[in-house]
Amino acid sequence: MEQQITKVKNRREIRVIPGFGLSMGVTLAMLSTIVLIPLVSLFTSAAQLSFQEFVEVVTSPQIVSGYMVSLSCAFFAALINTAFGLMLAWVLVRYDFPGKRLMDGLIELPFALPTAVAGIALTYLYSDQGWIGSFFATVGVKIAYTRIGITIAMIFVGIPFVVRAVQPVLEKMDRQYEEAAMMLGAGRRYTFARVILPELFPALLAGFGLAFARGIGEYGSVVFIAGNIPYETQIAPLLIMAKLEQYKYADATAIALVLLLLSFLLMLIINSVQIYMQKFSKS
Amino acid sequence: MPEKLQKKYGPDHGEDGIHSIQKVIEPPKGSTKHITRNILIGISALFLLVMLILPLAVVVVNALKEGWAAYSAALLDEYTGKALQLTLLATAAAILVNTVFGIFAAYLLSKFYFRGRELVATLIDIPFSISPVIAGLVFILTFGSVGWMGDFLTAHNIRIVFAVPGILLATIFVTFPFVFRELFPVMNAQGKDEEEAAGLMGAGGFTIFRRITFPHIKWALLYGIILCSARAMGEFGAVSVISGHLRGKTNTLPLHVEILYNEFNTTAAFAVSSILVILAALILIARNLVEWKTK
Repeated sequence: MEQQITKVKNRREIRVIPGFGLSMGVTLAMLSTIVLIPLVSLFTSAAQLSFQEFVEVVTSPQIVSGYMVSLSCAFFAALINTAFGLMLAWVLVRYDFPGKRLMDGLIELPFALPTAVAGIALTYLYSDQGWIGSFFATVGVKIAYTRIGITIAMIFVGIPFVVRAVQPVLEKMDRQYEEAAMMLGAGRRYTFARVILPELFPALLAGFGLAFARGIGEYGSVVFIAGNIPYETQIAPLLIMAKLEQYKYADATAIALVLLLLSFLLMLIINSVQIYMQKFSKS
Repeated sequence: MPEKLQKKYGPDHGEDGIHSIQKVIEPPKGSTKHITRNILIGISALFLLVMLILPLAVVVVNALKEGWAAYSAALLDEYTGKALQLTLLATAAAILVNTVFGIFAAYLLSKFYFRGRELVATLIDIPFSISPVIAGLVFILTFGSVGWMGDFLTAHNIRIVFAVPGILLATIFVTFPFVFRELFPVMNAQGKDEEEAAGLMGAGGFTIFRRITFPHIKWALLYGIILCSARAMGEFGAVSVISGHLRGKTNTLPLHVEILYNEFNTTAAFAVSSILVILAALILIARNLVEWKTK
């Protein structure tokens, strides 16, 4: 009897605000047509390859080197972004100086600037004749068309992720703990390392993860500066593109699936570290 | 605490004002704290100058390198105009579809509780974590000649891949979560009491949305639309896969930049890029205005 009542109650609760059926229908219909059904094709298309063929494609040396280039460059870019992102967020939250608002607005530029434009601009800037590239060329360092160039392009697209992840946390942070640490005699460096940094760690990790994931998948801004030398500067998304141009759709799908798997794995690891950290800090 | 200082440093936390002590006292000039401050600001400014401003300067300088005549010739080129048209069309389509979707999805997930709510939210976020190249690829695998809908589409003479509909679909796909993501937190924080009250008093669904929900979300909606259009007009990877690079037919502005650049026509490439830079600057300004307005 009681169950009956709660059931009716639940139904009533849904009915108070109209539009459940309509919004559910529209949401699911659009989600399916635009995202889910096309994604399923990725799996059905990969199923055309036998397991052996699949493994053969994704373990061929050129493809593996493509994954390695993408992963290693994205990793270093995310690492550098974490350091500079922390510094930028710190400067924007803790200090007052002329031009601060402009600086804050500029951070979003990589989100707003089309990746292809960023790609050709960076290539020009860092090529041997470019403003920065020529300077490095005199000391014998080539930037464009090497992995350094790829990393720089990935730094460009990833920087807003870390700043925007850290900034709100830093703004909300209670200064009490810092003051307490200082009163107890901790130096500024010690306070930063032992009081501020642990508090920011989850946000830093989230920003690192987003920048890393973006770097792995990034195509537009990287493809121009990479130069696409096989085994040297070929990134994984470019390999997918190359297979498509040869009409090897199944191969392209296989590479794409592994790339997807890698990024999901990455997100999973970062999420688990965050959950572990939360448990650890609570106990 | 004087009002002027309070305004500058935010509300005072306690009666004694102990929380604001550190903010009020500026580090004296010449102290190590002051030096660290200046060094950090300096490095940050240098980093932004090298990473963000110099690339913009490269675009402007190279676009104008051969003078105004070459610049305007590149802009007035027939293909540039067509590419601009297609970019604007794709952006409009993305804004339209994703606004409708964003409103319905955010309404659904914030005003109703049902099983699988988290799952739906996760699925909506998928396009964010996918490489744009893969986003283009899935549409080729669905609607292309190899796709399972390919035979049906060729039989009915409908072209999606390597045609305008494919470009629109790919653009919609990569910007799919943008509006939803801005609306959902706002609608969720607002709760559903007001809508429930209105519903109990007999208001219809559309009235409730127009009179109660919409006033709460209008700025968030505008913000989402701005982010959506920024991404839509600049999308390269997904569109590049699905376009087939047909000049004057399936060329968006970013693709046109790529073609010109690969033809070593760099002045034209940077001239076309400058249109996109101007659009990006407008979007950034609009974004900051909306943010300032809502604060």
